[in-house]
Amino acid sequence: MLKIDNLQARIEEKEILKGINLEIKPGEVHAIMGPNGSGKSTLASVLAGREDYEVTGGSVDFLGKDLLEMAPEDRAKEGLFLAFQYPVEIPGVSTTNFIKTAVNEKRKYQGLEPLDAAQFLKTMKEKMQLVQINQSLLSRSLNEGFSGGEKKRNEIFQMAMLEPKLGILDETDSGLDIDALRIVANGVNQLRSKDNAFLVVTHYQRLLDYIVPDFVHVLYNGKIVRSGTKELALELEEKGYDFIKAELEATTA
Amino acid sequence: MAEEQEDILEQVTTSEYKYGFVTAIEADEAPKGLTEDTVRFISAKKNEPEWLLEYRLKSYRQWLKMEEPQWPNVTYPKIDFQDIIYYSAPKQKISPKSLDEIDPELRKTFEKLGISLDEQKRISGVAVDAVMDSISVATTFKEELSKVGVIFCSMSEAVQEHPELVKKYLGSVVPATDNYFSALNAAVFSDGSFCYIPKGVRCPMELSTYFRINAANTGQFERTLIVAEEGSYVSYLEGCTAPQRDENQLHAAVVELVAMEKAEIKYSTVQNWYPGDKEGKGGIYNFVTKRGICAGDHAKISWTQVETGSSVTWKYPSVILKGDYSIGEFYSVAVTNNFQQADTGTKMVHLGKNTRSRIVSKGISAGKSQNSYRGLVSVSKNADNARNFSQCDSMLLGDKCGAHTFPYIEVKNNSAVVEHEATTSKIGEDQIFYCNQRGMDTETAVALIINGFAKEVMNQLPMEFAVEAQKLLAISLEGSVG
Repeated sequence: MLKIDNLQARIEEKEILKGINLEIKPGEVHAIMGPNGSGKSTLASVLAGREDYEVTGGSVDFLGKDLLEMAPEDRAKEGLFLAFQYPVEIPGVSTTNFIKTAVNEKRKYQGLEPLDAAQFLKTMKEKMQLVQINQSLLSRSLNEGFSGGEKKRNEIFQMAMLEPKLGILDETDSGLDIDALRIVANGVNQLRSKDNAFLVVTHYQRLLDYIVPDFVHVLYNGKIVRSGTKELALELEEKGYDFIKAELEATTA
Repeated sequence: MAEEQEDILEQVTTSEYKYGFVTAIEADEAPKGLTEDTVRFISAKKNEPEWLLEYRLKSYRQWLKMEEPQWPNVTYPKIDFQDIIYYSAPKQKISPKSLDEIDPELRKTFEKLGISLDEQKRISGVAVDAVMDSISVATTFKEELSKVGVIFCSMSEAVQEHPELVKKYLGSVVPATDNYFSALNAAVFSDGSFCYIPKGVRCPMELSTYFRINAANTGQFERTLIVAEEGSYVSYLEGCTAPQRDENQLHAAVVELVAMEKAEIKYSTVQNWYPGDKEGKGGIYNFVTKRGICAGDHAKISWTQVETGSSVTWKYPSVILKGDYSIGEFYSVAVTNNFQQADTGTKMVHLGKNTRSRIVSKGISAGKSQNSYRGLVSVSKNADNARNFSQCDSMLLGDKCGAHTFPYIEVKNNSAVVEHEATTSKIGEDQIFYCNQRGMDTETAVALIINGFAKEVMNQLPMEFAVEAQKLLAISLEGSVG
């Protein structure tokens, strides 16, 4: 589904991604872990097409297409979804209206008729259950005055509405208490299927207790330095990132 | 990123004005220029009574003594008032006795603008008065309205059919001497709409006037008068478009509203005069005086305007709150793009006791445009317990435009409560990217964000026009941020 080959990117003059290789197949959940500043969120942003980052090398194939050639909105319409670490507020635009616009833009791209009000409402009601979000929140301006937990639930709700092939969760666990974390994780788990895949970017192992990954990768200094299964996450939790740094320094020394 | 923004900013400016066509139709015109003879010519054309001619001549002589205002925050070349045609009427073979007799060319023009003059085709039940250049072409639903006693006709017709009402109220809210352009209008006004809602009547449909400038070198000077008697209600909407021309054209209208005790007038404007091209060439000078008076207790006047057109706008729809417990409201969205300039706002004059006013102004500037809010809240000595709330929000798209706020507050009574809030913001790249990531292209994203910003005002528009106005906002700003 997604094949990242030697991806390099920088912001202004600063190299951040220094050759990432990663392959994700349908039905898989991959976790990217790493200390602060290792490039985790940059990887998520580059895949989604944020223009602040300049791709300086490598390639990304998404469902047989050159992802890096596509505009951000086309990446989205091809089935890539980013759950933002810091979702923005849009005053005066209700979440319902926002999502309806997004859903219908995607349908247009797929050559489908826009959903009428009744169909849309029905779908929305179904998906609201997934993340225990209520109607009154959705009638309010997008993310305006939402708590941290409500914003993150809203991200997962949008993901449920848009049914992406690849969902990227950028530190969705940050700022969540344990109950909200459980709700969010539960929502994601219900969306998992053999046809879609997820890339979960996180600093802490905690989230991975609830969203159990098939593979765990450690990103350090712009490169994936170790890959393994979920046991790797537990090892990191126990020993901290310092042990990875120490190991790396030992091999390069 | 910066370059990208530039590109998209370029694109905005290329979005075309779709009402820029000209109708090939013969016109009956006054010779260019303005003298007493011009005033007499117009009055004679309209077969006006002596008192009205006198009123015009007096206004004209006043105007000669007045100076063009310099205080608005706009610049434009000096207007040559002798280079304007003050009267231009589409020549019809016969004067239409019914809607069926209207010149097909004229009919086509209004069809193109999306306004049907065929009553049976109007689904929404909106009565329309269509004004082309200097005269009213047609008014629909007249008979149906007259059944409940509502008079809705062109100003020229009102002068002939209801002279006592016109004489009583014309110039009662905006005196000819009020300002330079109101004096000019009083001298040369050609047509416009007249509405009279009798006591206790709730007007059964939206009334609407559609103004169209067609002829070249012509000024449009329409005059609208709405009188709502005790306990009555009316909702009125005006729309305006003009052909795309290289020269600037002057539009100097006067609108007067009179609301008696417990009457309510809701006046909405969707102003889309030709704004000029992307280099700032051409476009309409929109110098308009609009004012309403809450003459009786518990009266209410509400102005809602969506201003997207004109190269220069100078306009302050105001309310004189004379009756106790009367209410004045002003809701405005003003969009400027390319080289457009707008200096617009309101005046709320609190005279009566327990009067309330509310001002919500949303300015959106893009391109190299300048957008100013100018508003006065005045509370007189006897206006006990007056309340005002003002909210002025500006949004900037790009970094070559300007947003300005000039609030004036004059309070002479200690019991008054006057609140003013103002914000200025830019559309964030983060907001755009967020929308992009949800599959929306940048134009859709900007339209969505802008409509959200303007929502409080858009919600005030009658339903039939809200959708159209939303689209207009989107078109005016197509893709203005990257």
